[in-house]
Amino acid sequence: METLMSIIVGILFAIGMYLILSKSLLRIILGTSVIAHGSHLLIITMGGLKTGGPALLGKHFTTFVDPIPQALILTSIVINFAITAFLLVLAYRSYQVVGTENMERLRGNDNE
Amino acid sequence: MSLLHWVIFTPFLFAFIVPFIYKYIRPIHTGWFVLPIPAALFILVAKHIPQVATQGQLRETIAWIPSLGINFAINLDGLSLIFGLLILGIGALVVLYSIYYLSKEKEALHNFYVYLLLFMGAMLGVVFSENIIALYMFWELTSIASFLLIAYWYQRKGSRYGAQKALLITFFGGLCMLAGFLFLGKITGTYLISEIILQVGQVKGHPGFLPAMVLILLGAFTKSAQFPFHIWLPDAMEAPTPISAYLHSATMVKAGIYIIARFTPVFGGGQQWFWLVSGVGLITLFWGSFSAVRQVDLKSMLAYSTISQLGMIVCLLGLGSVALYYGPGEGGAFYITAILAAVFHLINHSTFKGCLFMVVGIIDHETGTRDIRRLGGLMSLMPITFTLAVIGSFSMAGLPPFNGFLSKEMFFTGILKAAQMDIFNMQTWGILFPIIGWLASIFTFVYCMLLVFKSFTGKYYPEKLEKTPHEAPWGMLLPPLVLASLVVLFFFFPNVLANYLLQPALVAILPGLVGLSSEIEIIAPWHGWTPELIMTLGVIGIGIGLFLTFRSWSKLYTYLPQRFTLNILYDQLLIKTEDISRKMTKGYMSGFIRDYLLYIFSFLVVTVGGALLFLDSFVYDPTGNSTINSYEIVLAIIMLGAALMVLFAQDRVVAIIGLGTMGYVVAMFFVVFRAPDLALTQLVVETVTTVMFLLCFYFLPRLEKEKVSSSFQAIRVVISMGVGVVVTALALSAQGNRLFEPISWFFENSYELAGANNIVNAILVDFRGFDTMLEILVFCIAGLGVYTLIKLGLTRRKQDESK
Repeated sequence: METLMSIIVGILFAIGMYLILSKSLLRIILGTSVIAHGSHLLIITMGGLKTGGPALLGKHFTTFVDPIPQALILTSIVINFAITAFLLVLAYRSYQVVGTENMERLRGNDNE
Repeated sequence: MSLLHWVIFTPFLFAFIVPFIYKYIRPIHTGWFVLPIPAALFILVAKHIPQVATQGQLRETIAWIPSLGINFAINLDGLSLIFGLLILGIGALVVLYSIYYLSKEKEALHNFYVYLLLFMGAMLGVVFSENIIALYMFWELTSIASFLLIAYWYQRKGSRYGAQKALLITFFGGLCMLAGFLFLGKITGTYLISEIILQVGQVKGHPGFLPAMVLILLGAFTKSAQFPFHIWLPDAMEAPTPISAYLHSATMVKAGIYIIARFTPVFGGGQQWFWLVSGVGLITLFWGSFSAVRQVDLKSMLAYSTISQLGMIVCLLGLGSVALYYGPGEGGAFYITAILAAVFHLINHSTFKGCLFMVVGIIDHETGTRDIRRLGGLMSLMPITFTLAVIGSFSMAGLPPFNGFLSKEMFFTGILKAAQMDIFNMQTWGILFPIIGWLASIFTFVYCMLLVFKSFTGKYYPEKLEKTPHEAPWGMLLPPLVLASLVVLFFFFPNVLANYLLQPALVAILPGLVGLSSEIEIIAPWHGWTPELIMTLGVIGIGIGLFLTFRSWSKLYTYLPQRFTLNILYDQLLIKTEDISRKMTKGYMSGFIRDYLLYIFSFLVVTVGGALLFLDSFVYDPTGNSTINSYEIVLAIIMLGAALMVLFAQDRVVAIIGLGTMGYVVAMFFVVFRAPDLALTQLVVETVTTVMFLLCFYFLPRLEKEKVSSSFQAIRVVISMGVGVVVTALALSAQGNRLFEPISWFFENSYELAGANNIVNAILVDFRGFDTMLEILVFCIAGLGVYTLIKLGLTRRKQDESK
C-alpha cells in the first residue's frame, strides 16, 4: 500500500508542478491544490499506513496508527484552504483591475 | 576594567552624548565639549611613560567571552605608547583647530565629532589590543570612520567618490589581513600577539608562513597607502582639512606601519619580508615624491608627500628587519638603528606634516583656494602662517635645525648600509637603495620649496582669490604652533625622546635584541663630514637648481602616459565589476515567476535527487508494507483519472469537477487510513473550496489553450517528471530508513495528560497548541486579505461612479 501511495503522490506532484509552470493564474491555483493533496497523502504515507486502529482511546483498540502526521495534516488542510481562498480572490481582483490573468503580462514596471 | 580599557571606551561613550550636546547647547561650538576628552586621555596615557620606560610593558585583561576563553587584553608597550600619544595629542590639537575651521552655524558638527570620536576610540583600540581579532575589529572601524569623515561634505561628488575609493581599498586589505590573522591563529593556536611572538620558530617553518605574511602585509600596505594601493589617499583629501591632518597623515595611515612594526618579530629576518617591505617602501617613497612635484593643489601635494614619507618609514622598517637575521651580536647592531630611525621619523612626520596640513587649511580658509597657480605673495599678509610653513616644509625637506634633518640623515645611513649588504641578493640590487632614496629626497626637497615659495612669495594676485586674506585667528594658529615648536625641540633634544619613547618601542619591535637598558645609538646632528652629509648637501644643491628651473622641466610630466594610470585601472575595474554583476543579475532575474519557480524546483530535484543518488540513501524495502484491498485500487484509479482530468481540462468546470473529485477521494483515503478527523475536515473543506472556485470562476475569463514554445514545454515536462520521481523516491526511502523510534507513544497518555480520548485532537489543542494558534492566525490574515481585496474594489467602484 505504501509503495502504491508513494507512486500516486509522485504523479500528483508531477501534475501539480506542470500546472504551476503555466501562464494562466487559474491553472497555477489548480496546481497548488493538486500539490496540496499530494503532500497530505505523502505525510500520512511516511508515517506508515494501517498499523492499528484509529487514534481514539477507550474503543478497544490495542494499537493505533501514528497520530502525529494526522495532526500535521489537519493543520495543513485548514491553511491550504485559507491560501486557496486568498489566491482566488487575488486572481479575481487582479483580473478586475488589470484585465488579464496571464502571468506573462502581469509584470512589474521597468524600474525593477 | 582597568584605566587603559577606559581610555579606549571613553571616546565611544562620549560619541553617544555629542548629538545631544549639539542639539541642546547650540550657542557654544560643540568642539569645546569634545576637546577635554583627548586632552585628558593624553595626560592619562602620558603618565605611563616612565612606567613603560622602566618596565617595558603593561598588560591588562578583562573577560570578553569567558566561556570561550576570549579576553579583551590590552598591551601598552613602547610602540603602542608612541601611537597612543600621537592619536590623543594630535587629536586634541585637531579638535581645537576644527573649532575655528568649521563654522558652528553652517556645518553638521554633531556628525563631525561623532565620527571623530569613533575614529579616536577605534584607533586607540588598534594600537592597544593584544588580541588580533579585536585588533581587526577596531581596524575596520577606523576604515568606517575614515569613510564617514571623507564623505563629510557628502553633497560633493568628489567626496563621495573619494570615500568609496578609500573604503573599497582599505576594506579589501582589511579582509586580507583578517585571513592572515586566521592563518596565524591556526598555526600558533592563539590570537594573542605576545604568545604568537613566543612561537616564532613554529611559525617560520610552517607552510602557512608565506600566505599569512603576504595577507597581513596587504592589509598594512592598503591602509598605509603603499604603492600600488596609494591611489585612495589623494582622493581622501576631500575630507575637511582637520581630518586630513589627523587621519590621513598623522594617525590612521600609520596603522599599517604599526602592523608592520608589530609583526616584524614574527615574520622579519627572512628574505621575503625584507624585499616586500623595504622594496615596496622604496618604490612608494620615490613615486610619492615624484608625483607630489606635479600637483597644483596644496592638499594633493601633501597627500603625495605623505605617501612618500610613509614609504620611507616602511623602507626603514624593512631594512631594520635584517637585525633579526643576524640575531644578537655585532652584525645586527647597525640595523637596529634603522628601526630607531623609522620610529623616530614616524614621530617627526606626524609633527611636521600635521603642522603643514593645518597651514594649508589656514590658507584655504583665509583665501578660499588651495591652487598654487592662484596663490602668491601671502608672506606679508600672513607672517605667522608663513613661519609655520617654513618650519614644517624645511623639516620635511631634511634641513637643520629641524627634526626632519636628523631622521633624514639616519635614513641615508640606512640606505648606504643597505648597498653594502651581502645577503638576500643584495649584492646585485643593493645599489638601487641609495640611488632611488637619494633621488626621492631631491624631489621631496623640490616640492617642499614649491609648497612654501609658490604660495607665500612672488606676486600677490588679490583678483584671483575669493576672499581678502588676513592672518588666521589664534585658535587656528595655536595647534600648528605647538607642532612646529616640537619640530624644533626634537632637533635639539632628540635623546630625551629616544630614552623615554624610542627605546621602549625598539624593545617591542625587536624583542630579545634590544633591552631596556641596552645602549642604543645616540642621535646627533653632527657626525663630521660623513657621506650622509654630502648626500644632504647634494640634495640641497640639486634641489635648489631644479626648483629654480622648475618652469622649464615641469612639462616633462605631461609626456607621462595618461591612459594607464592606476586610477584609471581602478575606475575601469569598478565599472567592469558593476557591469558584469548587473548583466549576471539581469540574466536570471527575468521578471517571470515561471522562471523563478523553475530555478527553485530544479534546485530541489538536483539537490534532493542528487543526495539520494550519490549518498546511497535511496532504499526500497516493501516488506513492512500493508496490504492493498480491491476498493483501494479503485480509489487510486479514480484519483489518477481525476488528476489527469484537471491536467487536460480545456473547460474550467471540468477542471473544478476533477479537483473536487480528487479532494473527496483524499477524504476516502483518510477513512481507509484510520483518520476519521481528517476525513471529516477534508469533506467540509473540499465542499467549501469547490463552491468558492465556482463562485470565483464566474468572474474570471475562460481557460485558454496555452501557447508555449516547444523548448519551454520540454523543460516543463522534464522538471515536472523530475519533481514527481524525486518525491516518490523520497517517500519510498522514508519507509526504508527508520532512523529513530517514533515519539507517538507519548500521546497515548493523552487521557491522563489532557483528558482527551481523541489523540489527534489532544495534539492539536493541547500538546501542540501553539501550532494551532498560529494556524488560526494564518487563517485570520488570509481572511483579512480576502475581505480587504473585495472591499477595496467596492470603494473604488463607488468613487468611479461618483465621478
